[in-house]
This record gives sequence, structure tokens and C-alpha cells, in this order.
Amino acid sequence: MDKIIVGLKRVVDYNVRIQVKSDGSGVETDGVKMSINPFDEIALEEALRIRESGGASEVIAVSIGKSEAQQQLRTGLAMGADRAILVAVDGEIDPLSIAGVFKALAEKENAGLVILGKQAIDGDNSQVPQMLAALWGRPQATFASGVTINGDTARVVREVDAGLETVEVDLPAVLSVDLRLNEPRYVKLPDIMKAKKKPLDEVPLADLGVEAGPPIRELSCAAPAGRQRGVTVDDVAGLVAALKDKGLV
Amino acid sequence: MARILIVAEHDGSDLNSSTAKCVTCAAAIDGSEIDIVVLAADASVIAAQAAELASVNRVLTIEREENDKPLAAVLAPQIASIAGDYSHVLGASSTFGKDLMPHVAALLGVNQVSDIMTVEGNHTFKRPVYAGNAIVTVEAPEGSIVVGTVRIASWQAAATGNAAPVESVTTATELPSHTRYVGLESAVSDRPDLQTAARVVAGGRALGSEEQFGLIYKLADALGAGVGASRAAVDAGYCPNDMQVGQTGKIIAPDLYIAIGISGAIQHLTGIKDAGTIVAINKDAEAPIFEVADIGLVGDLFQVLPELTEALS
Ligand SMILES: Cc1cc2nc3c(=O)[nH]c(=O)nc-3n(C[C@H](O)[C@H](O)[C@H](O)COP(=O)(O)OP(=O)(O)OC[C@H]3O[C@@H](n4cnc5c(N)ncnc54)[C@H](O)[C@@H]3O)c2cc1C
Ligand SMILES: Cc1cc2nc3c(=O)[nH]c(=O)nc-3n(C[C@H](O)[C@H](O)[C@H](O)COP(=O)(O)OP(=O)(O)OC[C@H]3O[C@@H](n4cnc5c(N)ncnc54)[C@H](O)[C@@H]3O)c2cc1C
Repeated sequence: MDKIIVGLKRVVDYNVRIQVKSDGSGVETDGVKMSINPFDEIALEEALRIRESGGASEVIAVSIGKSEAQQQLRTGLAMGADRAILVAVDGEIDPLSIAGVFKALAEKENAGLVILGKQAIDGDNSQVPQMLAALWGRPQATFASGVTINGDTARVVREVDAGLETVEVDLPAVLSVDLRLNEPRYVKLPDIMKAKKKPLDEVPLADLGVEAGPPIRELSCAAPAGRQRGVTVDDVAGLVAALKDKGLV
Repeated sequence: MARILIVAEHDGSDLNSSTAKCVTCAAAIDGSEIDIVVLAADASVIAAQAAELASVNRVLTIEREENDKPLAAVLAPQIASIAGDYSHVLGASSTFGKDLMPHVAALLGVNQVSDIMTVEGNHTFKRPVYAGNAIVTVEAPEGSIVVGTVRIASWQAAATGNAAPVESVTTATELPSHTRYVGLESAVSDRPDLQTAARVVAGGRALGSEEQFGLIYKLADALGAGVGASRAAVDAGYCPNDMQVGQTGKIIAPDLYIAIGISGAIQHLTGIKDAGTIVAINKDAEAPIFEVADIGLVGDLFQVLPELTEALS
């Protein structure tokens, strides 16, 4: 296999406490720590391991979004990606269009694998990988927790509600990765320096022939109904009594 | 009028209860007329179960050898081929539906509304983002088909007692052979299913080993409860992956949830927001789990659990 494309979405860091803006227009992102979507780090790690074991020649990191996403791409290059592409878009773009971007790039680069996260932890949509598979007409193996490449096929273990499902797919294919697939490596300082010299191209959306589709419009955003702290009991007897009180045992 | 198609979820022999929850969601859409489609190698039993669900108009079956296993790339084109008659196509927000429905949406050229919590209008829905820390109201484009997944924990199962007609449909759709099912490794358990259990006992990293996680099973059995776990407990190998509760595991809504040795990370809490009563047992009085617990007990689980199991047996 020649090339692997990996998606790196810039999202609010998973440790940040999310604040809904008081005017209901969305979530506060000003001055908030931004990171690579945690699932996408795992996707990149998997791509790097495949390349390091001789299964691929090149790993290309792709982000679609504002120019700030260059930071996440630089981190991806420091982790070990060979080059990066920023598809420049102002504002939010819908999942189907993002899938269209990956399809255009996969065809242009003749990629053997596109590895994405199982979901982005901001939108939590979990749709881009499956949509890409549909548009590209190639197999999808979603929620992967084990990947083995055997020549022109890949055997993928998937985390499903009933347990662990195994599928075999012909390459090229789309993978979406789950948390237990691997532990992403830490970036070392010299790698950050080296990453500055690696190519990072900026491509306008229009150059890829993707037209943003009719989006699902966000009308308003609100904080969820909170739960209240309840009572504290002193011991097991108190707990059993409280459960009986509520008719739960 | 809204003509709604629901994609049935099943394991080859029985209908999954998530489908009955999709029916309730569909029935909340104004003027809904609901069909369920069952794709299987042999759909007869599953279709009969689907036909019993209240407010279902028709059950359609598409029986093909290739439909024996749930491969999205195989099922999606068949669903897309009959979707033209409908205003909405819905599936459950289970791993089955999450894998399949966006593929269907892309074949139909639309975006998907993921994890529908409430229906606000025929094209307007509420859904969670940021691990449930914000709820957005979204509007799918007027004039396009709506493809969506239904957040199972937000909906009750539809009643039974109906006897909707079952009709067989044949599709000439050409199916890909590039994706092959190899097998499923499923932990066998006699305990209630985590996703539908009325009571759930869950253990975290504090259990310390697979053997000690047995304390969780003992309490669960005393209560007739299902068993859940935090990601840390699954990652450490104390229990199988299908027990994980949270943003990347299962979203559940039992009447009673007992969290033991679980700190209460936001990604875990996402999975239990809709639980009736949350009980937390943790030795750290400052653990965030206590902020959402209805009943909290500060203590060492290795002392508390045997005592509690005994008291409830
Ligand atoms: C709060 C909020 C509100 C939004 N409102 C709207 C709206 O009203 N209308 C609208 O159309 N869109 C909206 N968006 C944008 C949209 O929902 C998503 O951000 C985007 O379309 C992709 O969906 P997702 O991130 O949930 O992707 P998922 O399908 O969950 O992502 C799966 C994987 O796809 C890859 N991927 C996804 N996006 C990118 C990317 N940009 N760059 C690189 N890789 C990527 C990653 O590998 C990721 O792990 C909103 C986003 C947020 C956070
Ligand atoms: C993208 C992403 C997605 C994630 N998705 C999920 C998910 O779906 N589900 C999930 O659970 N996590 C998820 N996580 C992980 C989450 O952030 C936490 O790391 C995890 O939930 C912690 O598990 P825990 O509470 O068991 O462990 P810890 O946080 O280590 O907590 C252990 C607790 O046990 C208590 N304890 C220790 N000893 C005892 C004792 N003897 N008696 C009583 N109490 C004791 C401690 O006080 C502590 O509170 C996700 C993380 C990321 C980044």
C-alpha cells in the first residue's frame, strides 16, 4: 500500500469544562484549549505503526477548517506524519461535505487507507467515516479496536454493543478507530523542530470540487438539565434504608 | 403527513428493543405513518415481532442471503433503494445504527441528525453535543428526506398488541462483496442486558483486578441487575468492552445505577444522565461522582460491597 490519509480535527480539549454561551448561540470556544480530537490521535498512531512495519510508504494528515488547525497538523507532523494538508474553510462545514473532501483527496492521492476517528468529541456525530465509505464506494470498518493488514485486505476487530465483531475488507478502505486500538506516542522536542520543515499545504475547498451540501442548521444551544447532589449516608444500613425509602429494593 | 421508515435492529433471531424505541420517537412526529423494514436472510420471526408494535402501519421484509449479517455496505444500498417513498428514515443510535445510518444518509445525499433526544417539529430535533454537556436544537433542510438516529436512552419502548401487515419486498440492488463478516465474540451472560436493565451495578478502576471485579457481579446478582463499567476498568481488562458506559460506550437509563469505585469523569457521566437514581460508593468524598449522585456513601468498596451484598441477598 502506498499512502494512508488520516483526519485530524481541531476540537475543544477533552479536559475542558464546556460552557454554553448565555445567549444560546453555542459553546464558548474563545480562549479555550484546543487539541487534536483524541480519536484522531489514535488514527494517526495506527497509520504510523502500519508505515513503520512496512505496510505503507507515506502518512498524510488532513484537517478541514480554519487556519488555526495548522497547529494540530504541526502536532501530527511532529508525531510522525510525512506531510499535511489543510483544507481551508471559514466556519462550520457539514459532515457530508467533509466526507466529500476526504473522497477527493483519497482519489487524488490514490490512498490505500483513510483512517478517521470514530467520532469527533465536539459534534459527536459519528458520520464522516461511514459517509466517506458510501461516497467513495469502498468498504468501511468502524469502531476498530484491532487492525491487521494482510496485503490487499485488512482484518478489523470492531467494538459493537454485543462484543467484538471481526470483518475482513478489501483495500482501499475506510477505518474509524475506537479508543482501545492503541496508545498514541508522545511527541519529543526534536520532533517538533523537525516537523517545522515538513510540508504543510493549504488547499481551498473549491479546488477539490466539493460543494457544501444543505447543512443541518443549529437553531439554539442550551445547557442540559443538571442533576442535583442528593443525600449522603453514613453506612450500608443507611444506604439500604435510603434505597427502600425510594422503593428501589 | 410524515411517512417514516424505521430500520429494524436484530441479531438474526429476535428484534432488538431499540426498534420499539425508534417507533416511539417516530410516533412523536406529526401525522406519522410508520413502516418498519427488516433486512435478514430469514425475516419471518423478526417481522412478526415488529408487527406487534403499536402505531406501526406495515412491516416490510427484504430477505437475501447477503443480509444474514449486519454489514453496512450491504444493507445501506437496499435501504436507500426503498427510501424514496419516505419523508424520514430512522434507526437506533446503537453501534448497528451508528454504523449503518450515515452510510444511508450519504447515499441519499443528506446529512444525518445523530442521537435524536426529542422531536420539536417534523424537521426539528434536540440532540446532545460535547458528550451531552450541551443540547442543541437542529433543523434538517425542508424539502429533503430526514435521516436520523434515535438516542435510545431518551425513549420508552412502544407498546405491543398491534398486528400490522407484513409485506415482502424484492430489491434488485447490486451488493458489494468487498466487506466480509468473519465472526462475533460475545461474552455470554445470564444477567439482564445492560441497555435495558432496570438496575445496573457498575465498577471502576478501583476494583483493581478481574478477580476482584467479581464483587460487582455478586452485588448485581443479589439485585438482579445488569453490569456496567468505566473505561478504565475495561482498559485494564477487568471486564469485557461491551460493559463500558459513557460517551464512547453505552448510554443507559436504568431506574437504579450504582457506581462503585468510579470517579465520575464527564465522559462516564454522559452515559448515565438519564438514570432514575444514582448511587455512588467511593472512598474519596471529593470525587465528582458525588455531585450527581442521589445517594452517596463515602467508604472503602472492599468493606462496603460484601456487607451490601449480604444485606440485599
Ligand atoms: C457545536 C457545534 C455545532 C455545529 N453546528 C453545525 C451546524 O449547524 N450545521 C453543520 O452543518 N455543521 C455544524 N457543525 C459542524 C459539524 O457538526 C461537524 O463539526 C463536522 O461536520 C463533522 O462532524 P463531526 O465533527 O461530528 O464528525 P464525526 O463524524 O463525529 O467525525 C469522525 C471523524 O471524521 C474526521 N473528521 C471530521 N471532521 C473533520 C475535520 N474538520 N477535519 C479533519 N477530520 C475530520 C475525524 O477523523 C473524526 O474523528 C457544528 C459543530 C459543532 C461542534
Ligand atoms: C475521548 C474520551 C472518551 C472517553 N469515554 C469514556 C467512556 O465512554 N466511559 C468511561 O467510563 N470513561 C471514558 N473516558 C475515560 C474517562 O475520562 C475516565 O478516565 C474514566 O472514566 C475513569 O475511570 P474510573 O472512574 O474507573 O477511574 P478513576 O478516575 O481512576 O477513578 C477511580 C475511583 O475509585 C475510587 N477508589 C479507589 N479505591 C477505592 C476503594 N477501595 N473504595 C472505593 N473507592 C475507591 C477513587 O477515589 C476514584 O474516584 C473517555 C476519555 C476520553 C478522553
